[in-house]
Amino acid sequence: MSGAPETFTFTPENAEAAKSVIAKYPDGWHESAVMPLLDLAQRQHDGWLPRAAMDAVAEILSMPPIRVYEVATFYTMYNLQPVGKHHVQVCTNLPCWLRGSEDVVGACRKTLGIDIGMTTENGMFTLSEAECLGACANAPMMQIGDDYYEDLDADSTTKVLKLLKSGGKPKTGSQTGRHTSEPAGGLTSLKNLGKDEGEAK
Amino acid sequence: MPKLTINGMEIEVEPGLTVLQACELAGIEIPRFCYHERLSVAGNCRMCLVHMERAPKPVASCAMPVGEGMVIETDTPEVRKMRKGVMEFLLINHPLDCPICDQGGECDLQDQAMGYGTDRGRYLENKRAVKDKNLGPLIKTIMTRCIHCTRCIRFATEVAGVQELGATGRGENMEVGTYVEKALTSELSGNMIDLCPVGALTSKPYAFTARPWELKKTESIDVLDAVGCNIRVDTRGAEVMRILPRINEDVNEEWISDKTRFACDGLGRQRLDQPYVRRDGKLEPATWDEAFAAIADKVKASAPKKIAAIAGDMACAESMMALKDLMTGLGTPHIDCRQDGTKLDASSRSGYLFNSTIAGIGGADALLLIGTNPRIEAPVLNARIRKRSIRGGFQVAAVGGVEEGADLTYDYEHLGADTGVLHSLSEGKHPFAKVLKKTDKAMLVIGQGALTGPDGGKVLGLARAIAESCGMVNKGAWNGFNVLHTAAARVGGLDLGFLPGRDGYDVEGMLSAAESGKLDMVYLLGADEIDMSRLGSAFVVYQGHHGDAGAHRADVVLPGAAYTEKNSTFVNTEGRVQRTHLAAFPPGEAREDWTIVRALSDVLGHTLAYNDLSEVRGRLVEANPIFLSLDEATPAAWGDFGEQGRLGGGTVGSTAIDNFYMTDPISRASATMARCTETRSGGQQDKTGTDG
Repeated sequence: MSGAPETFTFTPENAEAAKSVIAKYPDGWHESAVMPLLDLAQRQHDGWLPRAAMDAVAEILSMPPIRVYEVATFYTMYNLQPVGKHHVQVCTNLPCWLRGSEDVVGACRKTLGIDIGMTTENGMFTLSEAECLGACANAPMMQIGDDYYEDLDADSTTKVLKLLKSGGKPKTGSQTGRHTSEPAGGLTSLKNLGKDEGEAK
Repeated sequence: MPKLTINGMEIEVEPGLTVLQACELAGIEIPRFCYHERLSVAGNCRMCLVHMERAPKPVASCAMPVGEGMVIETDTPEVRKMRKGVMEFLLINHPLDCPICDQGGECDLQDQAMGYGTDRGRYLENKRAVKDKNLGPLIKTIMTRCIHCTRCIRFATEVAGVQELGATGRGENMEVGTYVEKALTSELSGNMIDLCPVGALTSKPYAFTARPWELKKTESIDVLDAVGCNIRVDTRGAEVMRILPRINEDVNEEWISDKTRFACDGLGRQRLDQPYVRRDGKLEPATWDEAFAAIADKVKASAPKKIAAIAGDMACAESMMALKDLMTGLGTPHIDCRQDGTKLDASSRSGYLFNSTIAGIGGADALLLIGTNPRIEAPVLNARIRKRSIRGGFQVAAVGGVEEGADLTYDYEHLGADTGVLHSLSEGKHPFAKVLKKTDKAMLVIGQGALTGPDGGKVLGLARAIAESCGMVNKGAWNGFNVLHTAAARVGGLDLGFLPGRDGYDVEGMLSAAESGKLDMVYLLGADEIDMSRLGSAFVVYQGHHGDAGAHRADVVLPGAAYTEKNSTFVNTEGRVQRTHLAAFPPGEAREDWTIVRALSDVLGHTLAYNDLSEVRGRLVEANPIFLSLDEATPAAWGDFGEQGRLGGGTVGSTAIDNFYMTDPISRASATMARCTETRSGGQQDKTGTDG
């Protein structure tokens, strides 16, 4: 893992993006742009925020650096330590736990060969435990990067991770094939919607 | 005005107050940790819970505004139970280390745990431990004790104006600190120690030295700058253990600067504790009689006109009065109290005072700073300017004094350092002159840096012209012309007329006269800031308390008392007459200063006509009736002062102080101040580009 860089500058595209984010807020309230800007910085910097990046955001928004540190350390979605290319966050809150999140974590451990809070040696994966990510209807689930993988069990988890390892792109969303969070056993109502429009009339 | 009932008592209070303030008005004390009357309301400690009728839950009284017809109960079993619950939570992670904690005996948590704590804990899990932070050489941190009241963060952000402290992390992992491990760059940081309700922030130099109940507390006045902060001197035996602020709304509210607070270790180092006489080029210990005899010999051998006296920055009014009377008795006109060579003019009292008064800054609308950096010359006064500034509608501009871009803790416009700016301001041509004219209560502050040098008198005159042309004076009772002094003794000296008489030399004149051998003898009353190498072959008498520059050059050293060791009078930059009180006796054979001059006058055959303190003070009043009105800033009538005439280009002088932490013999002798100086200069090398 690389050490923290001394300096950080936004790429021209991101600097442009930062400007349009700042423009969303009225004059004198530019500090409100701190969270989207930190996110931009994190995306630019391999998924984590070095201190230099927080300082750069502070300077752009002309706010004291400590105020940016406060925000960045408060929210768990800002990573203050280097993370792997794929940041695997498994939800272990109550609904996911009831639906077998322990198996999911176990599969991650086994497939990746690392424990929670660790990063693989090749820098590909970081495994962490997350609090509720709001997909309880499709529990258990995990988030990798920006994508949700839902309705998991040990096998499907392993499959997703293996595919990622080999550079593939696993299907996001439910791994059991159901559409979004429709009932797991198929539709129970509105079955004919769209098919028999005439009858419905 | 809303009427509310508190514990069955009906009380009418100002609208906009909080329930907690209303309870205080009703004489009921509400326990609190996070609430502080000079900081914004945080409402996070929950200790101030009270019962409010028709409210579904207990309310935090510090954050609840009063309303008509409220019924508040502060002492029901229910309220007590709620507070006990809060206290139990606060104590969950608080270590039980009171026996080794420096806050012990003056700890809010300890006191309130007596009222609301339980005798045992029910918490069996691991207590959290937090890594201590490094906040520099003044503040010791034991962060495990922190209860997250955020007073220190709010103080740094709001009052001190250095946004360096914050709360990082969340929930149980929240930590108070700078996140980047650097020393705080505030001149007021020591106040956080007082604000901290627990032992998380304590004084580093004072650590493990004394318990509050062993200390003798003496109310006094600070003399390390000209603000005249009200202080409490805590002594154990003859040693000053620490200095704390006293509340005075008109002067320092409840803050003091780090120098005021932490330079006290300098009082125990490099002290002059017995008289010395130079024999064969070496200073040797002597008795008082020998020292006086040596002076008497010299005085007898000299023409009176060849004797001069300079009063230093920490000389009290009593000793200056005695020395002036002695010099007048000897028949010399060469006396001066302006050792920094400022061209202040005593012809009109308003010409050397901070006329708006320190509290008056709160009522001002615009401010012009000339040749001054109030942040280091008078940090407590600067906090007032900041307080006014953050309220809005207050434009500040600076001419000279600070470098462009320097942080004064508030926004200001830098108009450059060119003297031409002053002319254009006085002629009303400068854009900022329009700002000053437009407002009702504009003020200007002129620093000592602008008044030194040959043109100082003209700069003073020009400042008066600006004050008059911009309408800062004579609007009702408002006087916006202000001189910010850096020396505690200066206004007192000017009030007493410790100034060159007819054909007398000023300090510059004395130095050049001494250089060319026209002076036989120079009497330094604690004057250390002059260029000693220019005293030539003159016979130098140094009366003071520290072995600083003056004592090294002296031929006779008379050991005097420091400000904590005498009952003496000082006049602050506003012209407020205040008194210090004896907290510890002077070391060894050192004596109160006026008594030394009085005893010397006997030997010289010009016996002064006062024998005790009340008689000297009577003499002070005779010299200037202002010394009758204690603790008051008496408004001074506007008059003519300063010199007329155009300045021949050049720049307005920079601030009179190079290093905030070392400005006088006491702070130069202080090890703590030396550490601060080192940290501050070292800190600048470490700058990461994010500082300031």
